[in-house]
Amino acid sequence: MLARPALIAGALAAVLAVALFAGARFGLLLAIGLGFGMVLEGLRFGFAGPWRAMILRRDPAGILAQLLAIGLVALAAFPLIAAHPGELGGAAAPIGWAMAGGAFVFGAAMQVVLGCGSGTLVNAGSGNPIGLLALPFFAIGSFAGAYHLMWWTGLGALPVLVLEGTGGLMLTLGLLAAVAVVLLALAAPGTRRVPGRLVLAAALVAALAVGNLVVSGQPWGVVYGLGLWAAKSAVALGADLSGSAFWAAPGNAARLEASILTDVTTLTNLGLIGGAFLIASWRGLDQPLPKLPPRAWIATAVAGLVLGYSARLAFGCNVGAFFSGISTGSLHGWVWFAAGFAGSFVGVRLRPLLGLEGRA
Amino acid sequence: MTRRTTTPLALALLGLLLLFDHATADLNPYRAPPMLALGSGTAAVGGFCGALPQ
Repeated sequence: MLARPALIAGALAAVLAVALFAGARFGLLLAIGLGFGMVLEGLRFGFAGPWRAMILRRDPAGILAQLLAIGLVALAAFPLIAAHPGELGGAAAPIGWAMAGGAFVFGAAMQVVLGCGSGTLVNAGSGNPIGLLALPFFAIGSFAGAYHLMWWTGLGALPVLVLEGTGGLMLTLGLLAAVAVVLLALAAPGTRRVPGRLVLAAALVAALAVGNLVVSGQPWGVVYGLGLWAAKSAVALGADLSGSAFWAAPGNAARLEASILTDVTTLTNLGLIGGAFLIASWRGLDQPLPKLPPRAWIATAVAGLVLGYSARLAFGCNVGAFFSGISTGSLHGWVWFAAGFAGSFVGVRLRPLLGLEGRA
Repeated sequence: MTRRTTTPLALALLGLLLLFDHATADLNPYRAPPMLALGSGTAAVGGFCGALPQ
């Protein structure tokens, strides 16, 4: 494939072009997204895989790394948001029936394709055909879920509940530590340590997430951008979105008319794909594609749709709700964690039934 | 077949997305927000998956 200098030059050129033609903030967000993609692919930091490892092998290393990253972000995000309430905002969202149900279904679907919100983008960028097929369906599902979001939320939701200030930060860190203790207690012998690779990845992911907050004013998210791509496509094909309370709302209607290169989550999503591509190309692309039965490919497309739709009902995926929700104090992040993990038990069992355990 | 087949496909899809965007929306760097939201004095207005429509 391409030589490393050419890959680096291409990435830098993309960042500079976006900064030049869209604005410095947007170039910086693409650079942050590239960093996310490189860290997630390069250091094998993920979400779906570690949850599967805990469920099947009682190996908590990957989840402990996730909790470490979330805690590190919280240490910076809580005081930043408190000190700059107008400029910076957290991932606050209401807990509700559809929210919890959406997280449960998302947890199941992400185990079917072994790719969450960020994971599907990284997998697609690294040439994984499962991720590549799931991604467009994820976008369509996200668009449809957002279209129906207000109906689902109307089934019942609490007011937005957010932990704030030093007390909120201490409670968040205490809860993260408590979860870590439970995971360590449940862990299989010989698995109670986090590899240095994952500790480094957690620190880098946390630094990039704080950077995302400082640059864009909002936490790291994935799903909104994907839904926006499908919504813009639908409009171009003649769809009328004025009947959707979500897409007709002023902010979303304005973003439908603007370039996606001015949308925060789009830029980090593009960076995730690009960063994963860079690392995969450095490593070499000779990995054979898996040989899967037709039902596995159908299941992948359906799971992609379900991932996108359910992530909207859940007010985010593993990134926007679990990672960013908890690290900025939103209690819906904790409910998402519990429901998504419960759903993952179902997904782990569904995956072989759908023919997705095939070998290359 | 290896990932040498699928990675160019991923890049091609991204390229199509950007071409579509270029054909349907304009960019204006002179109307861009400040480089950093922190310290800008302006409210964050980006779309986010956890936000209800406003």
